[in-house]
Amino acid sequence: MSATPLLELRGIDKSFGPVQVLRDVALTVHPGEVTALVGDNGAGKSTLVKCISGIHPTDAGEVLFNGEPVHIGSPRDAAALGIEVVYQDLALCDNLDIVQNMFLGREKRSGIVLDEPTMEQLAAETLAGLSVRTVTSLRQHVSSLSGGQRQTVAIAKAVLWNSKLVILDEPTAALGVAQTAQVLELVRRLADNGLAVVLISHNMNDVFAVSDRIAALYLGQMVAQVKTTDITHAQVVELITAGRSGALGLTTETGSNGDGTQPADSIPGGLR
Amino acid sequence: MTTTAVRKDGPAAVTPPPTIGGHARTYLSRVRGGDVGALPAVLGLIVLCTVFAVMRPSSFLSAGNFANLFTQGAAVTLIAMGLVFVLLLGEIDLSAGFASGVCAAVLANVVTVLGYPWWVAVLAAIATGLVIGTTLGMLVAKIGIPSFVVTLAGFLAFQGIVLMLMKEGTNISVRDEVLVAISNRNLSPALGWAFAVLAVAGYAAVQLLRHRKRVARGLITDPIAVVALRIVGLAVILGTAVYVLNLERSRNVLISSLKGVPIVVPIIAMLLVIWTFVLQRTSYGRHIYAVGGNREAARRAGIEVDRIRISVFVICSSMAAVGGIVAASRANSVDPNTGGSNVLLYAVGAAVIGGTSLFGGKGRVFDAVLGGAVVAVIDNGMGLMGYSAGVKYVVTGVVLMLAASVDAFSRRRATATGTR
Ligand SMILES: Nc1ncnc2c1ncn2[C@@H]1O[C@H](COP(=O)(O)OP(=O)(O)OP(=O)(O)O)[C@@H](O)[C@H]1O
Ligand SMILES: [Mg+2]
Repeated sequence: MSATPLLELRGIDKSFGPVQVLRDVALTVHPGEVTALVGDNGAGKSTLVKCISGIHPTDAGEVLFNGEPVHIGSPRDAAALGIEVVYQDLALCDNLDIVQNMFLGREKRSGIVLDEPTMEQLAAETLAGLSVRTVTSLRQHVSSLSGGQRQTVAIAKAVLWNSKLVILDEPTAALGVAQTAQVLELVRRLADNGLAVVLISHNMNDVFAVSDRIAALYLGQMVAQVKTTDITHAQVVELITAGRSGALGLTTETGSNGDGTQPADSIPGGLR
Repeated sequence: MTTTAVRKDGPAAVTPPPTIGGHARTYLSRVRGGDVGALPAVLGLIVLCTVFAVMRPSSFLSAGNFANLFTQGAAVTLIAMGLVFVLLLGEIDLSAGFASGVCAAVLANVVTVLGYPWWVAVLAAIATGLVIGTTLGMLVAKIGIPSFVVTLAGFLAFQGIVLMLMKEGTNISVRDEVLVAISNRNLSPALGWAFAVLAVAGYAAVQLLRHRKRVARGLITDPIAVVALRIVGLAVILGTAVYVLNLERSRNVLISSLKGVPIVVPIIAMLLVIWTFVLQRTSYGRHIYAVGGNREAARRAGIEVDRIRISVFVICSSMAAVGGIVAASRANSVDPNTGGSNVLLYAVGAAVIGGTSLFGGKGRVFDAVLGGAVVAVIDNGMGLMGYSAGVKYVVTGVVLMLAASVDAFSRRRATATGTR
């Protein structure tokens, strides 16, 4: 484990109007590791990601990047820090091709003219660096790609920018067996290349296959963050569904009421 | 991992070297997949021209009528070029017709009533377009009113403004020589040829340079034969057009000589090149496509979506101003109906007939020129055949409907085959 975490969240609160979606959430993410973020539907995983990436402003809490407190007010701020997100609802433009999508918003130019050859070359190198060989032409529209290929493009887009932290929101949700394996392999490779990776997934097999650490959200609260080797399938499922499992998770029996603000001391944060 | 579906046949960018046959096959499969591009408009244009040429060989095919087509279609084409930008975002500007009327009215007032030089009037007209576009764009992007409603309101209001600027119903003549020349004078034959040579040489330079650069980097390129074919094709089309336009078309040469490329043609060509460059070669243009394709994705990519949305309305209204100036020049005057009646519908029709999608995300400035040509040919040919305005409207309406169906159909087809 490296000394300072790359990303550290403390006491994040987030409400949409009267609905509090995140309460007092803490999370640490280390470089070279895959941190799996798990939780039931509506637990607030996607919302947490959108807070990290500057799409939603937070109501309270601190964000530390490389140990430094930072303010992430927009997707550009996040990108400047080296945070890239692959969204659950894929953020690709169907009417643009692979290269155009990978460089969207950050096009390479010479003068005011787009430098297409450079972009195409960089895109090809990035895809080759990730050992992606399933795309035949970089100039085909994204709409003509399979789900796995789209996911690959989205991930390649995220690593194109010397990013430090890549967050993937359910990257395998819509994929078949082979494509899932392919994407997971890619995810593992990102971490092995030294990036910090956050992976959101509902699939316990995927989580245990690639993650180093598991963080469990339950009704907007972070109930546990532990090493993958220190926890079992069953325990994770319990954390997801009930918010507690043995010594882990919420301390009250009726954690599902969700009103309690007591679990702060029960978040091991990887200390086990 | 246990299984991987990774193919082991080389890196992503390396595919077999392109051939003409392969190029044709790719194109055919794209068309079959619903990406028909300019094909329907080109076919339509050919069919229409053939029909009119057979029915009215002496009048439709005359050099004079060919020149007429350009001056008749110019204003609508220019407005349609601006509309393409708005349509690319999946928005609509119903006020573009009367916006061109307002700008033309400003032009006439400044040059005729106030007596300023022509260029002041032109600047005033275009500035009016900028103000109109900014207002519309702000209302759509910042307040969040659907563009249909905002520009429908604009349609009514601008019609009123034209009336007020015309002092209730009278018309203002435009006699300034330069302004009148735009739609009524021609380039000298030599200048026409120079213009054609320049255009072909410029196009060839851009195409060949691009080809060389890509080959040097080992990227996939169109086969050089295809590139050459494109250049030769443009040379043939431009050469023929300039040759025909340079024929004498005066009824009586002794009284006056009438030949040469109408001045509006290089104006349209220049704007076509500029706007095509903006759309295809700058990041601003790329961002327009992105916002039109997936607004949320564009936002997450850090694109200032509101700014893009406002800017397309500004471009549209400014191009409407240019269209208004050309219309005023052609009529030698501005009246309360300038930019009214069928102008807007013809312009929207031109963009859609040319292949710009009403659903956003797909279209080129060239579509407006192509569609503008179709609309002009219908208008002109039906007129020559002696049909009433009523029949013309019906036929144009049917053609627009056909174009919109092609758009919707190719979109459905593209969704089905995943090749949009
Ligand atoms: N923009 C929004 N406005 C209002 N409520 C929202 C918004 N986005 C999310 N929510 C609410 O926040 C809660 C958490 O949603 P979120 O999408 O973060 O869940 P999730 O953990 O990602 O679930 P899933 O596994 O289904 O993706 C949900 O109850 C949802 O209704
Ligand atoms: Mg989610």
